[in-house]
Amino acid sequence: MAIPRLQLVHIVKSFPGVQAVQDVSIEAYPGEILALAGENGAGKSTLMNILSGSLLADSGRIWLDGEEVDISSPRRAQELGIAMIHQELALIPQMTVAQNIFLGREPRFASGLLVDSRKLLQQAQALLDPLQLDFSASALVSDLSIAQRQMVEIAKALSFQARVIILDEPTSALSERESDILFALMRSLREKGVTLIYISHRMEEIFNLSDRTAVMRDGQMVDIAPTQALTPQMVVQKMVGRELKDFFPKTEAQIGEILLDVRGLRSGKRLQDVSFSLRRGEILGLAGLVGSGRTEVARVLFGADPLDGGEIKLAGQVIHPHSPQEAIRLGIGLVTEDRKVQSLFLGQSVRSNASVLLFEKLTRLGFILYGRVDAWMRGAISQLTIRTPNLGQKVRNLSGGNQQKVVIARWLSINPQVLILDEPTRGIDVASKAEIHTLISELATKGIAILMISSELPEILGISDRILVMREGRLMAELNRAEATQDRIMQAATGQIEASG
Amino acid sequence: MKLNWSLFLQRFGLALVYVALAVALSLLSNRFLTLSNQVNIFRQATINGIVAVGMTLVILTAGIDLSVGSILALSAVVTADLLKQGVPVPFGVLVALALGALMGMVNGLIITRGKIPPFIATLGMLTVGRGLTLMYTQGKPFTGLPEAFRWLGTSSVMGIPMPIILAALVFAVTAIVLRRTRFGEYVYLIGDNPTAAHMAGINTRQIIVLVYMISGLCAALAGLILIARLDSAQPVIGSGYEFSAIAAVVVGGTSFSGGEGTLFGTLLGTLLIETLGNGLNLLNVSPLWEQVVKGVVIALALLFYQALNPSKK
Repeated sequence: MAIPRLQLVHIVKSFPGVQAVQDVSIEAYPGEILALAGENGAGKSTLMNILSGSLLADSGRIWLDGEEVDISSPRRAQELGIAMIHQELALIPQMTVAQNIFLGREPRFASGLLVDSRKLLQQAQALLDPLQLDFSASALVSDLSIAQRQMVEIAKALSFQARVIILDEPTSALSERESDILFALMRSLREKGVTLIYISHRMEEIFNLSDRTAVMRDGQMVDIAPTQALTPQMVVQKMVGRELKDFFPKTEAQIGEILLDVRGLRSGKRLQDVSFSLRRGEILGLAGLVGSGRTEVARVLFGADPLDGGEIKLAGQVIHPHSPQEAIRLGIGLVTEDRKVQSLFLGQSVRSNASVLLFEKLTRLGFILYGRVDAWMRGAISQLTIRTPNLGQKVRNLSGGNQQKVVIARWLSINPQVLILDEPTRGIDVASKAEIHTLISELATKGIAILMISSELPEILGISDRILVMREGRLMAELNRAEATQDRIMQAATGQIEASG
Repeated sequence: MKLNWSLFLQRFGLALVYVALAVALSLLSNRFLTLSNQVNIFRQATINGIVAVGMTLVILTAGIDLSVGSILALSAVVTADLLKQGVPVPFGVLVALALGALMGMVNGLIITRGKIPPFIATLGMLTVGRGLTLMYTQGKPFTGLPEAFRWLGTSSVMGIPMPIILAALVFAVTAIVLRRTRFGEYVYLIGDNPTAAHMAGINTRQIIVLVYMISGLCAALAGLILIARLDSAQPVIGSGYEFSAIAAVVVGGTSFSGGEGTLFGTLLGTLLIETLGNGLNLLNVSPLWEQVVKGVVIALALLFYQALNPSKK
């Protein structure tokens, strides 16, 4: 093969108490997509932050196109043509695409006093054109979807003549269709000889896209191999260091009578005439693209959004929850899609986060019975295998998987009749994911009716008893476990087949 | 080990600063450590301390209450007037506390129902309250309050002045409420993440209204003790008290972004600021400098907490 585009040799980085990256060496070639897999905390992000200049390595050397380089700052990385596209995008929403791309280095006139807006727009458009995007350089960033914003970040990277582009879990907030657009762009960049390093949890993406796959575990490089020579099971096994028996362990539950019956649900413009029923012990998957109205169904049932029409029956009784408080009293729980924004109190203890719903019950004259709260907490921690040093630990310091388990524990504390889970495993490491899937199955066997919203089709297909597909605020299809396939779900979600019934 | 150090400093840094200041002042002035001076510091600190207790709750919910000085003033002058007209002392006291709580409730309702930011809502109450006070008094002070009432500010039990006993009670009771009750948990949770609190079924509006009512109640109580001690209710009483209270809370380590802080911190913050003022006074530093020094101390405290907590956004 040619000279490597990039060589990292014996990179070491430690933080107080943790050796985050232990003697890692890796190389990447021009025109290659290299997938970087590993659980949260495996050292992927630390390694990539060293490469993009955000962190300094304790020791080790880096070569770029055969020349040894010293990447001392993000700015230096940029000059060298190394760009990292973070999960949290760094664009300014109030500015146009062109202004964002050339922020701080706009073409100027009048001795540099004024920005040459026309030239700015032309130069930006010239960057965007070859990418064949569906927005122009004059669009406001606030009007763009998350996927489109990522495209802007990539265009910005290209404006620096980027030789290496690192993408940190870029699809975690994208629908499958948006992801496909991103992947097409990544492939065309590969054609042009750019090196792409792609961090992801999602096996099907890694296998779809990458030429080689590198797996990290506990700060070490476990394996680098051509992706073709691997299977998803092998990659997962290397990531977790042990064999995961079953990706989607589905326990068959006893499906009982209809518990939740929804007829003609409407809310604003986002939901139109949605009807379905949910039985005790059933896991009902709710699929669809982001923005198709899935989350709105959850929010209306939970009393967080107004119900403008239709009827909800719970165990035969018509209900109309006006607030989450009312829904909770009826025994309806919601694990929200964005746990950090809508569910967690990041600066508070594991105890407060998990037992917030118990405070309603376990009090005497307003005083919380902490003895009983803690007794319950210890049970929940062992049942859900929540890894925390103690109950007082701030939730901020837990891993994503453990944070999600804390949220689920919160809902189990009230023994809900109906539990709605919105993207329950987004951004969670593979081992925790499997644990959460097992847990959802177990809850169903206890007779809880479960509505699970997910963008990950393997997850939906893996554990649902029945699958609903939404598009533009309407139900498009209802598929049973036997007849559902990725293709049929996607066809319904993208409107390639007409609504059924 | 580095992590333990910052945790240690976060927990005990303020206490260390307080001790260091006390040691320094006792070396610089032989009057500082006398019992009468220490009692004096504590007595001076009671008014600001009680106001700061309410302010701590407010800031824990990521709010602010600029109207405490005006609430203190209006409830104080109304009660002074009633007492002078001869209403029974307990009734006068109850009127002041009810008025304080009511004004706090209005703050809370404007913030939660009207969706007005706390800064603006309580700024409005600051102006309205002061205006009403000036109108009520016609600009003249009420003096010569009944002895039975002045007991609140001037008596002492076993040598401990009544204001200190009352302030200690307010601190202790509120600390227990914050740490052991559902209301206290909710205050921290709402301050940390109001959206998540709502989604967890917490009646966030009710809790926030209660918090502003408690702040108003504390301000009114502080006003009563103040006029009982001074035997006078001036129309401009309590001006600028919001800043002293906010300063005590912030120096005490409560975060403006909500959900983080303790009443013990506020207690230390109050004492630190009062001790500093007392020390400058003993050292014959001009009172004009006192303001500058206090401002610098507050800025330093904020920089200190920022440095200890770099990971937070």
